Amino acid sequence: MTDATVSAARLTSSAEGVTYNQMVVEILEREKQTDRLFFALSDATRRDIVTQTLDRERSVSELGRLYPISLTAVQKHVEVLVDAGLVSKHRSGRKQLVRGEVNQLRRGHELLDELETVWRARLERFEDVLNETTGKESE
Amino acid sequence: MTVWNVDKNAEAKTMVITAEFKTSITNVWQLWADPRLLERWWGPPGFPATFEHHDLTPGGTITYFMSGPDGVDRFDGTWNVVEVDAPTRLVVEDAIVEDDGTPSDGNSMTRMEIDIEAAGDTTRMILITHFDSLEGMEQAIATGVHEGMKACMSQIDTLLAEVAA
Repeated sequence: MTDATVSAARLTSSAEGVTYNQMVVEILEREKQTDRLFFALSDATRRDIVTQTLDRERSVSELGRLYPISLTAVQKHVEVLVDAGLVSKHRSGRKQLVRGEVNQLRRGHELLDELETVWRARLERFEDVLNETTGKESE
Repeated sequence: MTVWNVDKNAEAKTMVITAEFKTSITNVWQLWADPRLLERWWGPPGFPATFEHHDLTPGGTITYFMSGPDGVDRFDGTWNVVEVDAPTRLVVEDAIVEDDGTPSDGNSMTRMEIDIEAAGDTTRMILITHFDSLEGMEQAIATGVHEGMKACMSQIDTLLAEVAA
């Protein structure tokens, strides 16, 4: 809905096809990301891995002991979750640690909202300076 | 309102801001290219930025610091200039540094791409900010907000400027 509105606005007010194409690519990329997210959450084991790794990091082998499946199968599930951005993987010594990223994502949204406020204020000042400098030129 | 569109992507830690100004491309560019103009809008009121070094060439460095009225709070910043195509494109990578000059967050290089283009009789500025980490975003917010500074303060300034004009 928002994407469609934005792209329509881009289409009518932007003479540059480049900007519009960039927007289309961004929308398609987001749709792909949504597909990955839904696919990742369509499996009970994967949903449980996200839950198990939200409160604290767990190693792949630790996760392997929770389910009646092979370590390779656990690793595959983790990869799917990494692609969807639901968990992140990092090394600690010889251990491969998995961490749930749902909170990270929510924090990311919050931070971007704050950043938008910062930039809106900054651009207000930008325009003030612009008005002052161009004012001088026209005098 | 100058800000025309804000597109945020939390997964990619990216924000795209599009703003339009009723002036020439060169005038908009000057606000980035002239350090004396840049420091008039970069920092929030009460936490002004001073650009010490401003080498606007690829591979060049831009350094600045921001300090509060008490002179105690100080924030140092360094930009590495990646691309310059005056007066339409500028790409910098931002590294917030500690007092001793070392990056305070090893991997939080924030990339900022600025594109300035003609849009009818106005000038459009597209600003893409990309962050490597949430910590990097937190730092960027810290440089923009000081002591509970809110956007409305700046809006009041704008109104005053309009009234005075």
